[in-house]
Amino acid sequence: MQEYKALHEAILSGDAATARAVTEKALAASADPLRLVNDLMVPAMDEVGRRFECNEYFVPELLISARAMKAALELIRPILIARGDEPAGRVAIGTVKGDLHDIGKNLVAAMLEGGGFEVIDLGVNVSPEQFVKAVREGKANVVAMSALLTTTMPAMKTTIEALKQAGLREKVKVLIGGAPITQKYAEEIGADGYSDNAPAAVSLAKKQLAVGA
Amino acid sequence: MKPLLVRLLQDGPVITDGAWGTELQARGLAIGDFPDVWNLSHPDRVAEVARAYVEAGSQLILTNTFGANRIRMADHGAPEQVAEINRRGVQLSIQAAENRASVFASIGPTGKLLMVGEVTLDEVRAAFIEQAEALARGGAQGLVIETMSDLDEAKAALDAAKRTGLPVVVCMVFDAGKEKDRTMTGATPEQVASELTGAGADVIGANCGLGIEGYVPVCRRLRAATDLPIWIKANAGLPTLVGGNVVYQTTPDQFASHVPALIEAGASFIGGCCGTNPTFIRAVREVRGRLTSAEALIVHPTRGEPEHPAT
Repeated sequence: MQEYKALHEAILSGDAATARAVTEKALAASADPLRLVNDLMVPAMDEVGRRFECNEYFVPELLISARAMKAALELIRPILIARGDEPAGRVAIGTVKGDLHDIGKNLVAAMLEGGGFEVIDLGVNVSPEQFVKAVREGKANVVAMSALLTTTMPAMKTTIEALKQAGLREKVKVLIGGAPITQKYAEEIGADGYSDNAPAAVSLAKKQLAVGA
Repeated sequence: MKPLLVRLLQDGPVITDGAWGTELQARGLAIGDFPDVWNLSHPDRVAEVARAYVEAGSQLILTNTFGANRIRMADHGAPEQVAEINRRGVQLSIQAAENRASVFASIGPTGKLLMVGEVTLDEVRAAFIEQAEALARGGAQGLVIETMSDLDEAKAALDAAKRTGLPVVVCMVFDAGKEKDRTMTGATPEQVASELTGAGADVIGANCGLGIEGYVPVCRRLRAATDLPIWIKANAGLPTLVGGNVVYQTTPDQFASHVPALIEAGASFIGGCCGTNPTFIRAVREVRGRLTSAEALIVHPTRGEPEHPAT
């Protein structure tokens, strides 16, 4: 895999064109797509997360790295699907009912995709019923909710209750985040986890589903 | 410094207002509804909020126009009402102030990210020009660009606001990075101060964020990096859920207890953001009132004027 090290570098520097070109070349040379993901791309995104933790990277860098990752994954995913490989998990993500803020939600969605998850993006102002439907029909095993407003965060609790009533609560891990959200709030409403930043949301989702990083 | 700012600051730090959205919700605005539209549909209740702040001791109040730019309003329908909502918003605050407080108009972010191309710089600039012009026509005495996370968007708004000739305040949110002292895009207080001062802001500062304690060092760093007056409007800490209700843990007295430290760190305009209300402003006003004039004038921005004695 070392010959494709440029893919790792391209993701780190957020160079989507190079990420795509190297991936094309590797696939044409019959490189194993899963190894491209596990040996090069996932470690690159882990390094992006580490740099974020160390104040070397900020949101703009996360976004361009996630975009480079996505460019490569768009070529790889169809092959993985065709041969029956399952994604790390299926995440139904959305900003809760009454809240129209999508910057944080989009960032977490991009990082989750970069982390190998299939992401069902429900958008903003998502009702509890829409989350329930995504779990039931979209087969999501993670529900990720975002809220920026203190006035809309109670909708997270309502959504968890709706999942319970639909008999789906045990089938999914519920992760929450957003400016006013805290770990304590997550515990109070019975969510499975909380993250205060996007890279940590990916490790949290993996930990919750017990899939290897 | 613009004459209005000199006049406002001659007696020391100025007390501004607190949060608007939650105050409107307390008066019946439904959760998730767009507060700015109430300038047209419920003008009496918007004026009530403005009046409550003036009566609590705000010397400078803002307007219910935070989200009234064309880009954000497109998500809520009614982009054609942008000008009218802004103009009315200023008029409502002016009427409520009855000359007891100055009225600076609020300009918030578009909610879209320039850095990933969700909007272009031209679109952002055009939206802010439209809003700033409407606010100026409504009679605003100054413009406050607030809750900005991206310096490029803040500078586009500043550029638009300056065309009106009004004094312009620009404040950003510092809540990112390991020490929670950076903007979302990674800018430090020093970078923010240097860029906004260079771009021609009249006042710079910080608002929203994680609580008032964290903004004392941010204020000190802004102060050290610019000659401009500093504007600070912090949150009442982070909210928690108590019995199904969202509650901010910082009490008005706790909030106000940080005011002397903020003044010492160089703040010239002090108020509150999320979680604060007229009771907080009253507490801030009381603490401010107990300071001697020497304490209050300790940190005055000077820019070419003689420094106030700190004795």
